[in-house]
Amino acid sequence: MRLNRHPILPIDREEPFRFTFDGQELDAYPGETIAAALFASGIRVFGHHPKDGSPQGIFCANGQCAQCLVIADGVPVKACTTLVRAGMRVEPADGLPELPRASAPPQMKEIERVEVPVLVIGGGPAGMSAAIELGAMGIRTLLVDDKHRLGGKLVLQTHRFFGSRDAVYAGTRGIDIATRLDQEVRAHPSIEVWLNSTALAVYSDHVVGILRAGREYVLVAPEVLLVACGARERSLLFKGNTLPGVYGAGAFQTLVNRDLVRAADRLFIVGGGNVGLIAGYHALQAGIEVVGLVEALPECGGYKVHRDKLARLGVPIYTSHTILSANGRDGVESVTIAQVDDRLQPVPGTEKTFPCDTVLVAVGLDPVNEFYRKAHEFGMRAFAAGDAQEIAEASAAIFSGRIAGRRIAQARGQPGVEIPPEWERMAEILKSKPGQRGAPPPPPGEDVFPVLHCHEEIPCNPCASVCPQGLIRIDPDDVRKRPQYLPTDGKACLGCERCVVVCPGLAITLVDHRKDPDRPTVTLPHELGREAVEVGTQVTLVGEEGEELGEARVSSVRAIDRNDRTVLVQVSVPAAVATRVAGFRVGTAWRTAPLPEAVEPLTEDQILCRCERVTVGEVRALIRRGVKDMNEIKAVTRAGMGACGGKTCGPLLQRLLREEGVPPSEITDYVGRPLFVEVPLLLFAGAEGDR
Amino acid sequence: MTRSEPYDAVIIGAGSVGTPAALFLAQAGLDVLVLDKFPSVGQGSNKAAIGGIRATHSDPAKIRLGQRTIEILAAWEETHGQDIEWRSGGYVFVAYTPREELILKDLLVVQQAYGLGIEWLDARELLEIVPDLNPRGLIGGTYSPGDGHCSPLLACHAFYEEARREGASFRFGEQVTGIELREGRVRGVRSTRGRYETRVVINAAGPWARAVGELVGLDHPVQPDSHEAGVTEPVTHFLDPMVVDIRPIPGSSNCYFHQLASGQVTFCITPQPPIVGEDRRETGAFLPMVARRMVDLMPRLANLRVRRTWRGLYPMTPDGSPLVGWAQEVEGYAMAIGMCGQGVMLGPSVGELLGRMVTGGLVPEDEEILDALSPYRTFAAEEALR
Repeated sequence: MRLNRHPILPIDREEPFRFTFDGQELDAYPGETIAAALFASGIRVFGHHPKDGSPQGIFCANGQCAQCLVIADGVPVKACTTLVRAGMRVEPADGLPELPRASAPPQMKEIERVEVPVLVIGGGPAGMSAAIELGAMGIRTLLVDDKHRLGGKLVLQTHRFFGSRDAVYAGTRGIDIATRLDQEVRAHPSIEVWLNSTALAVYSDHVVGILRAGREYVLVAPEVLLVACGARERSLLFKGNTLPGVYGAGAFQTLVNRDLVRAADRLFIVGGGNVGLIAGYHALQAGIEVVGLVEALPECGGYKVHRDKLARLGVPIYTSHTILSANGRDGVESVTIAQVDDRLQPVPGTEKTFPCDTVLVAVGLDPVNEFYRKAHEFGMRAFAAGDAQEIAEASAAIFSGRIAGRRIAQARGQPGVEIPPEWERMAEILKSKPGQRGAPPPPPGEDVFPVLHCHEEIPCNPCASVCPQGLIRIDPDDVRKRPQYLPTDGKACLGCERCVVVCPGLAITLVDHRKDPDRPTVTLPHELGREAVEVGTQVTLVGEEGEELGEARVSSVRAIDRNDRTVLVQVSVPAAVATRVAGFRVGTAWRTAPLPEAVEPLTEDQILCRCERVTVGEVRALIRRGVKDMNEIKAVTRAGMGACGGKTCGPLLQRLLREEGVPPSEITDYVGRPLFVEVPLLLFAGAEGDR
Repeated sequence: MTRSEPYDAVIIGAGSVGTPAALFLAQAGLDVLVLDKFPSVGQGSNKAAIGGIRATHSDPAKIRLGQRTIEILAAWEETHGQDIEWRSGGYVFVAYTPREELILKDLLVVQQAYGLGIEWLDARELLEIVPDLNPRGLIGGTYSPGDGHCSPLLACHAFYEEARREGASFRFGEQVTGIELREGRVRGVRSTRGRYETRVVINAAGPWARAVGELVGLDHPVQPDSHEAGVTEPVTHFLDPMVVDIRPIPGSSNCYFHQLASGQVTFCITPQPPIVGEDRRETGAFLPMVARRMVDLMPRLANLRVRRTWRGLYPMTPDGSPLVGWAQEVEGYAMAIGMCGQGVMLGPSVGELLGRMVTGGLVPEDEEILDALSPYRTFAAEEALR
C-alpha cells in the first residue's frame, strides 16, 4: 500500500502507469523503484535463492546487497535501485538468472579519466558540509553520491534535529536540513555534483572508479580524497533472520519516508538506540502499528526523549529482552522474544510471541570506511568524515564534514585557513552519548510556564535558543547540560509556545492557568498529523513515560505555517496533573497481545552469510576446529563471497569468533577487495548502460 | 614452538604445491611439518588462482604433470569425498588472426605427439562448443576436452584436510628465518616462533621462494610478476570450457576465462609488459582492459556483472617452466618452485613426485621430468603457452 498522506512529508504523485511482475499487471508511479512498486502492491518476496530456495526480498534497500534481485526486461537488476518503467516486464529471480544473449559487442570507447583537486565520496551531511567549506574557498570539488538527490540519510528524517541551533540547524527537520545544505552546495560554482554515481573502488594507481549517473564508468584522479560514505547497519543472528520482512532501520525508513510506501502493518523493533527509537516513531507517523521494541540492556541506549515519545504512544518497550526468532514461511508472521539474564543469555520460560509482519533490526552501525582504508594503504592523500570516520549523530557529521573541508584546504596549501578551536569542541560535544539524568524540578508557582520533560544530558539547545525572554537556560559552553526554566529579573513566560514547537524530543508542554486556575490549559506538540485529532476529540492523557493520567477532550488544535507541521493541541486538565501531562493517545491504546502459545520457528537455521546462505552451524563447526582466519572460513563455506562482499556477514563472523572464545588479536579479517557493488562488464568496457 | 624429535621433512609454504606435497609425504609414512607465514592454508597465491587445469602444454614434462594432476583431481571426490568442484569442460584457444592459427597449429603437433586429446576446430565447429564466441573474424581454434577446472580454494583445503588426516602437521603465522646446515647438509629450520630439527627441507614458497633459497646461500632464478583477475555474479550454466585468447593488445598478452561450478565467471589477463614484483594491490587499469577484451570476444558477457577483482603473483622462471629437484650444493634441500602461475595445475602431481623423491621411490618417467625441470638446466628453451 502506498502512503496517501503523511504528517510531515509532502506526497505528490504524477499519473500512474502499468508494469508486470510475474505476469501480473501492477500500478507504478514515475520515480518509484521496482521494490517500492512491488511493496505498494503487497509483494515482498522477489525471488528464491538458488542454493536453498529460500524466499528473497528487500534487505538493505540501499543497493549494497543483492537480496532484492529481479529480472527486469531480461536483465538481472537490484529492485531497490532500479526505477520501474511503463511496460517493464519484471520477473522474480528464482534460482540463478540466465545471462541475456547478444550477437555483437556494443559500441565501446576509452574510459574517461577526470582529474580533480578534491573528490568527496558521499553527499550526506558530512560530505555536503565539507564541499560547502571547499566551495566557499573556490576549491574545485567533485561531490559524488549514489542516490538521485543529495542529503544521504537526512532525506529520511522527518523529525527536528537535536544539537546546537547556532552550529547545526537544530530544531530543523532532517529533510529540510538536506534541502538547505543542497542549496548551499549548488550556490558554489566550484562544486560539481554527480548524482546516481556510485564509487566502486579506490585503486593503487590513485584513481577512484566511479559509475557516473549509473551508466558510464569513469576513473577520477583526485589530489585529495574525502570519504564521507556514512555507515552501514549491523545485522544480527537469530532464527529466521533472513526472512523477507526482517530488515534494517535504514531500509525501513527508505521504503516509508523516501518511497512513501506503507512497508508494514505491524512492526517489531530490535534495538533501543536512537536509530531504532526514531524508526519506530517514523513508523507511527506512517500509520504503522509498532507492536513492541526489545533492548537487551536494562535501559535503551538512545535519547530518553526518543524513547518516551514511543512510550507515550503506547509502544511496549521490553528492556532486558532479546529476539529469539522471526517466524513465518514466506515472510515474517510473528516474532518470539525472551528476557535475558545479566550475561545477556535468554531465560528459558520467558518466551513471548507477537504477531507482526516486519522485524526491524537496529543494533548499531559500522563506518563505511573501506575506501578510506584502501586510500590510506595506497598512500593517497585521504580524509574521512561523518559516520565513515566515527559513528555519531548527523549533527556531528555536519561538523566533522566542515572540519574535514578545512583540513583538506590546509593540506592543499590554501593560505589563511583556520579551524576554529570551538569547532573541534562542538564536534566532540555533538558526538556525545546521553549523560547524567536528573530529577524533574518542582513546578514554578506562576500562571503560565513551560514544563521540560527532558532530564537527560544530550547535546541539544533549541528551546534555550528560541525563548524570547531568555528564561530557558542551557550552559552556553556545553549544550549537553540539561535545560532549566529559570524565571528571573522580573521576566516571566509569555506563553508564546515557541519552545513547545521547536523541541526535537516533543518533550516540552506549556501549562497555562490564566483562564482557569483549577483546570489549566496544557499545550502539547503533535506530529502525527492534523487529521488524527480535532476539537472535541476524547483523548487519553499520558505522562512523560506513557503512564495514563485520565481522559480529556481536546479544546483547540492549531496547525499554522510558522509551526512547520508541528500541530499544537490543547486540553484542559485538573491542576494536580497539569505539569505531569506530556502527551496523549487518541482512542483506546492499541496493544498487540502476545499469542497464547509459543510458535516454533520454521527454521532452526541462523544465517551468517545471507548472500551465500551459510549457516551459523557450519561456521561454528569450523571455528571449533581451530579456524581463526575468516578467509579460510570464506574459502571453505563461501561466507563472504556473495554479492555484498562480506559487508553483512563480516561483522557477524567477527562477533561469532569472539563468542567462541577466539581473542580478537588472533582473528584475521576478510581481505577487502573491489568492487563495492556489482557492475556489468559492458560499463567497464566503455559502453554506455541505459540506466 | 620447538619440538625435540626431528621431523622427516619440513615443507616451507602451505600453498598449491606444499599442501599436496605434505599429503603425499605423509601418505608415505613420513613425519611432515609444513610452515607458512600466512594465517591459514592457501592464503598466498592459491586463493588468487582461477582454477584452470590443463595438460595441453608444450613442454613434455609439464604435459605429463598436467595429465597426472587431472587424474588426481578428477578422481578426488570419489576417492576422498570432498567436492572440489572439478569440471571437465576442456580448454579452447581461439584464433582470430593467422598469427594465432599458426602458433596453435604448430603446438598441436607436439601436443598430439604426446597423446593429448586436442584437436583443431574450424569456426563452425568451435561455435558448437562455445556458441557465444563472437563469430566475426573467427578462424577456429584448438579444443582439448580432457582439460578442466576446479576450485583452487576447495582443492587446497581438501589436500590440507587429507594431509592432516595422514598425520602431517601445519603451523601458520610462522615465517622461516633460517635453515640450519651442518657439513653441507640440512639439520633444522628456524622460524619466527620456533626451531625444528629435520634432515629434509622442501622449498614450496611460491613467489617468496628466492628469499628461502638465500637462507641456504642459493640464488633461485624465481621472480614474481603480478596478474590481475576477477569474478562475476553467478548465472545459469552457459559455458563449458576455459576460453583463452592469445591476441596481444596494449597492456595484456592474453585473456582467459571460464564459468565456475557456482555459475560465476572468473577471468584473468597476462600483463604485457609484465608487472614485476610482489605488488598485489589492485589497479584501475585492469577492469577497462579485461572487460573490453571479454565483451569483444564474447558479446554475451556484456550484461554479466563483475563482483570482485584481485591480483596474484606468478613466480616466473627464465624459461617459464618450474624448478623441481634436490639442490646440488646443500644435501637435504629440495626445490618445488617457479610454477609460473601454474601451481594449482602442477602442484598435485609435483607433490606426488616430491613424495617419491624424498622416499627414494622414483620411477624412470620421474627422472625424465626431473631432468627437464632441473634447477641446473640452461634455460635455453621457452614455454610457448605460459
